[in-house]
Amino acid sequence: MDKVIVAKNLSLSYSGHETIINQASFDITSGSFVFITGASGSGKSTLLKSLYGALKAQQGNLIVGGVELNGVSRSKLNFLRRHLGIVFQDYKLVKEWTIEKNIMLPLIINGYEKSVTQNQVDSLLKHVRLKHQAGKFPLELSGGEQQRVAMARALAHNPILILADEPTGNLDDYSSGLIWNLLEGANTQLKTTVIVVTHHIPESLNVEYKHFHIEYGSIYAVN
Amino acid sequence: MQSIKNHLSLVLALLSILFSMQVFIIAERSIEAYKENLANNYSVVIVSKKTLAKEDILKINPLIAESFELSPDHVIKRLDSGIDAKNTELLKVTLPRFYKLSLKHYPSPSEIQKLTKELRNHAAIKKVEDFSHSHDTTYKLLLLFKGMVTVFSVCIFVVTTLLVFKELRIWQFKHSERMSIMGLFGAPMWLRSAVLFRLAIMDAIIASALSYVIFKGIESNEWIISQFQSIGIEIVIFDSIGDFFKLASVAIVLSIVLASLIVVWHKEEV
Repeated sequence: MDKVIVAKNLSLSYSGHETIINQASFDITSGSFVFITGASGSGKSTLLKSLYGALKAQQGNLIVGGVELNGVSRSKLNFLRRHLGIVFQDYKLVKEWTIEKNIMLPLIINGYEKSVTQNQVDSLLKHVRLKHQAGKFPLELSGGEQQRVAMARALAHNPILILADEPTGNLDDYSSGLIWNLLEGANTQLKTTVIVVTHHIPESLNVEYKHFHIEYGSIYAVN
Repeated sequence: MQSIKNHLSLVLALLSILFSMQVFIIAERSIEAYKENLANNYSVVIVSKKTLAKEDILKINPLIAESFELSPDHVIKRLDSGIDAKNTELLKVTLPRFYKLSLKHYPSPSEIQKLTKELRNHAAIKKVEDFSHSHDTTYKLLLLFKGMVTVFSVCIFVVTTLLVFKELRIWQFKHSERMSIMGLFGAPMWLRSAVLFRLAIMDAIIASALSYVIFKGIESNEWIISQFQSIGIEIVIFDSIGDFFKLASVAIVLSIVLASLIVVWHKEEV
């Protein structure tokens, strides 16, 4: 099986501050479902940031989707990001755009045709049960609805890898259920690799998953 | 409302640039027209011991456009008190020849100096009257006016260009969240900055259209037309095609250049 992520002696820190991840080595196989857990401030989100190139490694090597992130050029990083689906803790939706346009963003960036884009967005809006809200703006929606929009956006362009940072934190059961279903569906049906940073692994999940735990700057494989 | 305000500040800044540019063009045209007017009325008078052929005079300096021999009749008429016809004819022959030289364009002081020198060096020419004193004063006045208009236009251009630059930076700041989100999804720089370029070009077009309306109004204003007529010049205040094309090009190119500088100088977020 192909490795979608390979980390060797990876150390992460925020410009000159204390090391958050220390000499971690791990790899993630393509098509797997991975949970990363750990206490607050343990470095889960930091690790996720490094996976989409928003944080440079202090030491070691990190290869994501075949792209070496150490000293990566901006154009190569853009290329990688165009194949990732990222769900942020704070949603990161464009406030001035409608829900529909927000979901379209990765499709526009990837140069999809208008008809394909519209069909894909319509289908995703149905999946996240927001078809009736398509013309609304993010700030007109609840937190749970915004997170569903963010999830739809992450899935829109059929990415090779989905990185989700606490996608169900603070959400009600209904929204959480929808999000887990979508992640599960992407992994089982589209064989998309899914990496989720979370405090709690849902019990109802019907996929085989790998579990990493971060503690004191080290990453342990739990199962 | 806020959006209109945002556009207005950039449109006004661009409009001031276009306005100062067109005023500069009008001043240039007025000065050129006035110089032509002066050149038509300005002439050098030479006195020669013998008759000079027109071709010989024209060969002395390329600035000379035309030469006319002045008739001595009016001088003789003033002396015509008891001189008989025979002596008058004799006087006519012995009197020096007067020539009035018109020039191709209104000369600069150095050009007039050179011309006078060359005329004086001619063996047959006894005297040259170039009216250089009054000429110098008029010429210096024109240069002063031109210089003042240039300085004024450059100052407005520089200040308003800085204003446009500042305004575009504010826009970039306003759109930075959207641009950084687009960056997280791998949007290339041009796509992230597209909104900045779109707004800049749109406002440049609005400013150009406004300047067209303003200068069309000025062009047909009776008072302004009468001012030009009073100094005896006729110029094109605003050429609907040529001038509009110039103004629109400057506005659009300037907006694109400034927007590009902002994008290039902006430190990319990772």
